Amino acid sequence: MGIFDKFKQGLTKTGRLLKTDIRDLFKAEGRLADQAFLDELFETLVKTDMGVVAAQEIVDEIGTEFRARVVKIDEVLEQIKKKLKLLLAQPAAPIDFAAAGPTVIMVAGVNGCGKTTSIAKLAWMFRQDGKTVVLGAADTFRAAAVEQLTIWADRLGVEITTGRQNADPASVAHQTVARVIETGADVCIVDTAGRLQTQQGLMQQLTKIHRVLGKQIADAPHEVLLVLDATTGQNGISQARHFTDAVSCTGIVLAKLDGTAKGGVVVAIRKQVGLPVKYIGVGEQAEDLALFDSDRFVDALFEDMAET
Amino acid sequence: MFESLQENLSSALKTLRGRGKLSEANMRDGLNLVRQALLEADVSLPAVKDFMAGVSEQAVGQRVLNSLDPSQQLVGIVHQELIDLMGPVDHSMHLKDDLTVLMLCGLQGSGKTTTCGKLGRVIHQRGRKPMLVAADLQRPAAIHQLQVLGEQLGLPVYADTDAKDPVALCHKAVQHAKSEGADVLILDTAGRLHVDEELMEQLTKIDRRVGPDQVYLVVDAMTGQDAVNSAKAFNEALELDGVIMTKLDGDARGGAALSVKAITGVPIKFVGTGEHLDAIEEFHPDRMAGRILGMGDVLSLVEQAQQKFDQDEMVKQEERLRKGEFTLDDFKKMLGQTKKLGPMNKIMGMIPGMSGMADMMGEVDAEKDIQRLVGVIDAMTPEERRNPKGVIDQSRRRRIAAGAGVQPHEVNELVKQFEPVADMMKRMSGMGVRDRMKTMQQLTQGGMLDPAGRLAKQKKGTGKRLTPKERAKQRKLRDRELRRKKRDVRNKR
Repeated sequence: MGIFDKFKQGLTKTGRLLKTDIRDLFKAEGRLADQAFLDELFETLVKTDMGVVAAQEIVDEIGTEFRARVVKIDEVLEQIKKKLKLLLAQPAAPIDFAAAGPTVIMVAGVNGCGKTTSIAKLAWMFRQDGKTVVLGAADTFRAAAVEQLTIWADRLGVEITTGRQNADPASVAHQTVARVIETGADVCIVDTAGRLQTQQGLMQQLTKIHRVLGKQIADAPHEVLLVLDATTGQNGISQARHFTDAVSCTGIVLAKLDGTAKGGVVVAIRKQVGLPVKYIGVGEQAEDLALFDSDRFVDALFEDMAET
Repeated sequence: MFESLQENLSSALKTLRGRGKLSEANMRDGLNLVRQALLEADVSLPAVKDFMAGVSEQAVGQRVLNSLDPSQQLVGIVHQELIDLMGPVDHSMHLKDDLTVLMLCGLQGSGKTTTCGKLGRVIHQRGRKPMLVAADLQRPAAIHQLQVLGEQLGLPVYADTDAKDPVALCHKAVQHAKSEGADVLILDTAGRLHVDEELMEQLTKIDRRVGPDQVYLVVDAMTGQDAVNSAKAFNEALELDGVIMTKLDGDARGGAALSVKAITGVPIKFVGTGEHLDAIEEFHPDRMAGRILGMGDVLSLVEQAQQKFDQDEMVKQEERLRKGEFTLDDFKKMLGQTKKLGPMNKIMGMIPGMSGMADMMGEVDAEKDIQRLVGVIDAMTPEERRNPKGVIDQSRRRRIAAGAGVQPHEVNELVKQFEPVADMMKRMSGMGVRDRMKTMQQLTQGGMLDPAGRLAKQKKGTGKRLTPKERAKQRKLRDRELRRKKRDVRNKR
């Protein structure tokens, strides 16, 4: 299965939902674009979690363009797609590997968003590219978090650096980088404990880990990925903002996109924080990771509708 | 918790308050703001619609427009609707005398395993014998995680690392619980997507085979519009008895609480408010609604204080206070107990009118300050703690400062801070709870919160001399006013 298929597969449910909803608006050949129509459109967009502001903006634009006209689905759709693509426009940016020496990647996020699984998927992907990977289990807080990553490391056949329960996570991070330099591995991925973005002490700890990672390799970490649960609502904006403030995130891994959640909050995040999505997670297996492509993301959302 | 919804709603309502008289037109503006605030708070669309229908019906009607204070009335309506939408609630876990089986289910990463530990702790505290069951065979190391939690809590955990079938495992766990004499069994099932038919089927199989007495859905408070879809699917598969909402200690707006209740009708039983195993509370819609509207949540605070303050220690302190003794040692214990309540800004958020203060305090690390104060007290001799003002001279001050790693003037500040507190505590000894609250209130109003109020205000002449007759008249008015206030307070009780 190609990456694009996987991408689409994860999004079909999302697309299907949007499709039925918007199609309801166009029962006949065309429909008068009146206030009721715009309200329904607004509601459909809000259901994707893109947020009131972004949805309102789109509806306003549709309103000025089509108000009091009898509209066809394709017209409106083209307009919405154009608008969304514009909002999400970004260069397809995968991992920014270090010019020389090992690349250090730090992964952060709130509790239960899917950090550890995403790390396993990243590691699997790098292994497929023929790179050697070292994992750093710097989540020394949650019970059995280290074991969870260790099990993944065994399954994927990659090396892992661990610390004791409740050890200083920064020390584990430091050891991990040391190990990467020692073994001459290509990539190291450092896991961190899940934390809510409002916990100041823990966010400072994260900043410290970030700083420590740069001690042995000057420009490390090269990537700081924020893992975001696709079911997250508007709180995702606050997560993106606070984590970026603390450790200057470089991108988002949008996890759990294989459910009915639409992950539309990335639209709001892109708009308000500017953080791009790099990968999407579409399953529980190691290979269920796909590159994010904004045009495809938008197209896949509306794909089924355009065919009618 | 819910702070942002609270903020948005209060700003929405503030615009209403600003315009003395409400017309139908600006009422609609206000209602629109309320609607937007709810949507931004991740309340799902159908729930928002229900809510707005209820509110507008009452708000646009004659009742509000003709009432004395229309905006107040609207706040009341919104408040009541919020309570109606989230309640009524039933906190009971319906524990039977013999074995009760509780089952936890939910999406991946919603916090099932942690909640399992927290529930076990709560049930254990009520004098029952809970046993946790590691039925998550999916996620790597999930079993080990529950085992570690069980160890921390001193609770038995039933686990089988070689098991492949969670249905059989749960069935065996029931037999095991019976033979071990446990009377509450908590099943920690694997996280799953509600669209994964195979895994949902597995849940219903466990349901049929084991027949749990209560099934709880664990929902992440940060969930967006999708909360409705997943809650609906789980409810259809399992007939849920309750919802436990987790991660409410962050800035999640928690709109999911409103939507899940509105769509499935399943009551929210508990809320998780932190990573530690004691961070679980009963859900109160009235308090939550009050909180959403910025009315504060004093009841929760009082409850927490009662739980966290060491009762014996309180009695001992009372004794000493009655004798008129209050030393720095007592002060230190008091600080320690305040700390047990939780982060300062969380406490502030619960006090009416102080939720704004909590934001301001965000940058100030109150816990660190308390720690420093305790450090200074620790560096003192018993003599110095008993009578700080009397014995601490320059050389002692320097010694204490060096011992505590602070500047000498900070020692001075502590002593100065201690004086009024000691004074207040001595005065309050022998008073009943109610009088104490009153004293506190007077103190707060009298300037503790007003920075300028710390300095005694100088009396200023009004430039007009009153005749004795006028003075008598004013005194009479003042007395009457005072009597009226007292009467009001009495009547309120």
